[in-house]
Amino acid sequence: MTILQVENLTMRFGGLTAVNNVSFTAQQGNITAIIGPNGAGKTTLFNCITGFYKPTSGGITIMHGKPLRLDKLPGHAIARKGRVARTFQNIRLFGGMTALENLLVAQHNKLQAATGFGVLGILGIGKYRAEERAAIERAKYWLAQTGLLERADDPAGALPYGAQRRLEIARAMCTEPVLLCLDEPAAGLNPRESAALNELLLNIRADGTSLLLIEHDMGVVMKISDHIVVLDHGKKIADGTPAEIRSDPHVIAAYLGEGDEGLEETETTL
Amino acid sequence: MTRAVDMLKDAAAVAFFALLIFAPFLGLQLSDNDAGGLSLSARPALLAAAVGLTFLARIAMLLWHQYRPAAPNVHIAAAAQKSGKYIAPALLVFALVMPFLPGLPNAYIDLGVLIMTYVMLGWGLNIVVGLAGLLDLGYVAFYAVGAYSFALLATNFGLGFWECLPLAGILAACWGTFLGFPVLRLRGDYLAIVTLAFGEIIRLIITNWVSLTGGPNGITDIPRPTLFGLKFSMAGGPGTFAGFFGLDPHPSQRITFLYYIILALALLTNWVTMRLRRQPLGRAWEALREDETACRSLGINVRNTKLTAFAIGAMFGGFAGCFFAARDGFISPDSFTFMESATVLAIVVLGGAGSQLGVVLAACVMIGVPAMLQSLQIYRMLIFGAALVVIMVVKPRGFISTRRPTVALRKAKEIGAELIAQGRG
Repeated sequence: MTILQVENLTMRFGGLTAVNNVSFTAQQGNITAIIGPNGAGKTTLFNCITGFYKPTSGGITIMHGKPLRLDKLPGHAIARKGRVARTFQNIRLFGGMTALENLLVAQHNKLQAATGFGVLGILGIGKYRAEERAAIERAKYWLAQTGLLERADDPAGALPYGAQRRLEIARAMCTEPVLLCLDEPAAGLNPRESAALNELLLNIRADGTSLLLIEHDMGVVMKISDHIVVLDHGKKIADGTPAEIRSDPHVIAAYLGEGDEGLEETETTL
Repeated sequence: MTRAVDMLKDAAAVAFFALLIFAPFLGLQLSDNDAGGLSLSARPALLAAAVGLTFLARIAMLLWHQYRPAAPNVHIAAAAQKSGKYIAPALLVFALVMPFLPGLPNAYIDLGVLIMTYVMLGWGLNIVVGLAGLLDLGYVAFYAVGAYSFALLATNFGLGFWECLPLAGILAACWGTFLGFPVLRLRGDYLAIVTLAFGEIIRLIITNWVSLTGGPNGITDIPRPTLFGLKFSMAGGPGTFAGFFGLDPHPSQRITFLYYIILALALLTNWVTMRLRRQPLGRAWEALREDETACRSLGINVRNTKLTAFAIGAMFGGFAGCFFAARDGFISPDSFTFMESATVLAIVVLGGAGSQLGVVLAACVMIGVPAMLQSLQIYRMLIFGAALVVIMVVKPRGFISTRRPTVALRKAKEIGAELIAQGRG
């Protein structure tokens, strides 16, 4: 079953076409990876899906329950109505707030609804207390999943790099998404952290959330992806299972032609 | 040896700049002469003293840097942290009993009222600047809206202080929302400039709409607050506070009453803010200050969240304005200049953006110190300015720059200023 459908998506910035007529689908319960050399338009595509850019043309539809056009929603409604969550290439945590607070902010809409426009919450009546307890339990669950339970009361900005990456994923998961979009989750991680990340992503998939990820680390991509979309110069050049991508001449040419350091990795892991 | 020479060179350079700055200000004096004109006289002794003092102060500073105790004493820091817990309750108790301290002149209670007004304004602005991270240079606009709402409702429709207080707050909040809509899509410096302009626009409208507001002449005969209908009148007699309780009328009764009104209003502001901080809305404000883009990706409606911060901050400004009009019985546009916005913003920044206790300390410094230094006359602002510079050098993020988490699984630990974003709007 399809969870995300991207049709003829084009994104232009003035004269530059960053994403050129790209179509693909992501299946429910799959890990779909988007790969490509630097500047291929991966992050632009991501920003269109998560509502940070309005695409020049084309459509993005999320299919859970009634199909919903993401490109028609205002930015903040993507997470709430579209139930699409994301992380960022350069980590964007609330550094001055604790890990736990970060996860509670992610549950803002649910909690805010329980406070009766804040008035009942201020007076301490209504179901807010119960909601907050539930929110803290959910936060504890994801802190445990990401191995951060011990650091719950530490400011997010003081956590080590790898922990910040995991906390950002935990924060996105606290919005209870049906599709989680990860922008280079393995960037800057050591092999041990990278292996732990693979496990985390597979657990998230097992819990029923579909994943879409941009990744440079071919080790991660080939090991955990169910489906791979390859972009080059804004166009889709290949689309298939890891095995198909591995032997696709266009893909090899794109990586060869770029002289990208990803080549060796691609060849050794292919 | 060379170190001593370097030190002297450094101090000489500083003294030279002091000479350049002080020469026109202190070295020359303009005075009326007998012929009815102006004459310029030199004051070399004063100038030499000022430059010499600067030289010596610089040397003292350099020596201090060289020989100061190696590491800041951990025990002292821990003790300060511990005693910090008791500062707020101690201040609250002091504020509650202050008017009844024996032998306290009325002027001090009056000063207390003034400081408390600024504490309240500071707490209101703290929501916008400290929590939501939106730099608002036009906060005085909402203070003015509150004051004029009460003054106009009272003089035109005969409403009293207590009916008008909530109305003034609501009207100010409406204006906050109304101004916020176009303004809040801007960020950082641009937001600051536009809020500054809105503050001025409100003042200019008040000044120029003479038929409604009386223009520069202001509005007089604004009714004073009553205690359940009892007036505070010097005449005494039935229907007044003194008459009802069988006391001799005394001005201190009215001032004390005003003091408790503003104390209650300020404490209400504080209570609401402290509660909101622990709620989704308050956390969303702080998250906005930390990272707006991330907030959007989590489904937080950034515009509405900013608007609530603006509106709630404006509402408390409106309450304070209503009180201000009732206290003086007279308002004019002169009371709502940019200087007021700047003072309130300085209180928030000096206190440490986001810190409630910091605002209290800063208001005492910003309002109390100039009043206490009255006897120093023209040197008052010089000393005051120098003190502010020193404070900002020593504590660049304000008196209290740490942040206490709003929720904790085990034990809440203060978060250091270096991790906390200041917001760009």
